[in-house]
Parts: sequence; structure tokens; C-alpha cells
Amino acid sequence: MSILSYFRAKKQSSASVAKERLQVLVAYERNQRNQPDYLPQMQQEILAVIAKYVDVSVDDVQVNLDENCSILELNVTLPEASKSRA
Amino acid sequence: MAEIIVVTSGKGGVGKTTSSAAIGTGLALRGHKTVLVDFDVGLRNLDLIMGCERRVVFDLVNVINQEATLNQALIKDKRTEGLFILPASQTRDKDALTVEGVERVLNELSEMFDYIVCDSPAGIEKGAQLALYFADTAIVVTNPEVSSVRDSDRILGVLQSKSRKAEQGGSIREHLLLTRYNPARVQAGEMLSVEDVQDILAIPLLGVIPESEAVLKASNQGQPVVLDQQSDAGQAYLDAIARFLGEEREHRFLEVQRKGLLSRVFGRKG
Repeated sequence: MSILSYFRAKKQSSASVAKERLQVLVAYERNQRNQPDYLPQMQQEILAVIAKYVDVSVDDVQVNLDENCSILELNVTLPEASKSRA
Repeated sequence: MAEIIVVTSGKGGVGKTTSSAAIGTGLALRGHKTVLVDFDVGLRNLDLIMGCERRVVFDLVNVINQEATLNQALIKDKRTEGLFILPASQTRDKDALTVEGVERVLNELSEMFDYIVCDSPAGIEKGAQLALYFADTAIVVTNPEVSSVRDSDRILGVLQSKSRKAEQGGSIREHLLLTRYNPARVQAGEMLSVEDVQDILAIPLLGVIPESEAVLKASNQGQPVVLDQQSDAGQAYLDAIARFLGEEREHRFLEVQRKGLLSRVFGRKG
């Protein structure tokens, strides 16, 4: 029994891998779809301002706008080097 | 007033044209006057699947440009009573279709038919958007495969934002039609199951069409697969049409068909 389940547990079916990948992707893309058109542009401009003072890359900034546009959430991951500078 | 149905998918090669032909024919078989409109301008194929490719004289673009009347362009199906085909143009001009032109043609068709089945081109560009813009109902054709499911979700986004119904604050009725389903591979964990696809897309299931040799056989002969009523795919489409018309039908062909002893011994195909 335990030996059997050991072998079974190792093998995840390719269909369940497909389902997991799709669930993550589709959730992300739906979120993107619901965002207003100006968001990417705004993200670029906010990033340009931050980049003037801190050494950050595009991947370090996450902008989320909740569905009814009442909360704008901005996450910036500051690099280690800038901390020591400060 | 006719009900406008768009058969769409985002991804190409999933069975839109096969499904349009089957659904249009099925609706006509049930006594509803139906027209199949091919929106795939430049790459028309509905005429070939319906077996009327040699009878095309005028097409959708000719009617839009008022070079021909609707009655001149409509092809009457020779096998099924009450079924007509409006072929797409083979022009390479991608601006051949206009919103106003399509609206005028659909309005005119709407006076003459019970159902207008629009066979959408692949993609989410202008042609596909025009095919779905005026729709009341969408049949989203999906294969149990990652890229098809993703593209179906994208086209659902387009239906929910760029259709006339959506612009007017309403919504298009959405149906999922899962095609090329292989129960044996689902059982082996090699293919997404009906439940998996439904979990992700979250729209009502109209039908599941099994992967079937009958589909290629039917298209070889230019005959919609529903006319092959012995075939699993033909029966599955007829079930889907019955559900579309509001009947309760149990989903078939979802399990691996057990071969009988005789067919096992003689290797006949189920």
C-alpha cells in the first residue's frame, strides 16, 4: 500500500498539470482584462519617478487596482543596495 | 426576428466550421428556417464543408457592397429543407466587412429566418469581432487542450466587452461546446476532462463531441456530420442541438466505450 502510493504520488497526470497551469494563467489574464486602459501607462510613469531616486526595475513594481477602482495598491520591492545607501 | 448565434473560439482548427455546419443543419432538421453565414473572409471553408462550393456565385461581401441581392447570394441546401448558406468572400481586402454593412445584411436575414448561425474566423481581430458583434447567443467551441481553453477564455472576454449586447449593458448567452473529446485519454489522465474545462471557463455546457472518424469522413464528402446519424459525433451534435432548443438530454460519449466480445475478436471499430 505505502509502496504503491509512493510511486503514485510521484506521478502527477499531465492533465492535472494542464489544469493547474490554466487556472493560474486564466485568473491572471482575467485580472488584466478588467484593468483600465491607462494602467500600464501610469505604471510606466510611476516607475520613471521612482527610478529617479531608487535603482529599481520594471519587475520590482506591482500595481493593482481593485475592481471598482477605489483602491490603488502600489508595491515596490527596493533593492538591497539602496537600503544600505539610505 | 431571428436569433443570431455566433460560433466562435479564438483559436483556429478547433472545429468551428464543422460545428457551425452541424448546428445549422441540425436546427433546420428540427424544422427551423436557418441560414449559415460564413464570416471567414479570405479563407472561406463553410461552403466546402456543406458541399456547395461549386454553387457559389455571389457572397457576403457582394451583398454588403450591394453588387448582389441577398436572394442571389443565398445558396439553398439540397439535402435539408429550410437551410441556406451565405458564403464568405475570397477577397484579400481585410476591410471588406463593415459594421453597418453586416448590420444591414443581418437585419434583412432576420426577416427571413428563425436562426442565423455565424461561423466566425479564428483570432480576435476585426473579422472575429464583427462575427460576434450582433450575436444574441455564442457557442464557444473548445478543445480539451491548454491553448484552446486559454483562447476561449479570451474570446469570452471579448464577448463580454465588445459585443453590441455588452455595449448596451446586457449580455450574450454563452454556451460551451467541447469538441475532439477523447474519453480514453481523459481516463488515462492525459487530457483535460469536461469538468476541468468547465471549472476554468465557468459557462454552461451545451455538449461534448467525441473525437471521431466520422468528422473527417463527413468533410471529405461535403456533408455535415449530423446527417451521419449512425456516428457518435453526429448523435452528440443532435443532442447538443436538442439542449439548445431547451430539451433535457443526458451527456453521452463521456466514458470509454466498452468493446463487445465480437468486435474485440474481429477488431471492428465501435
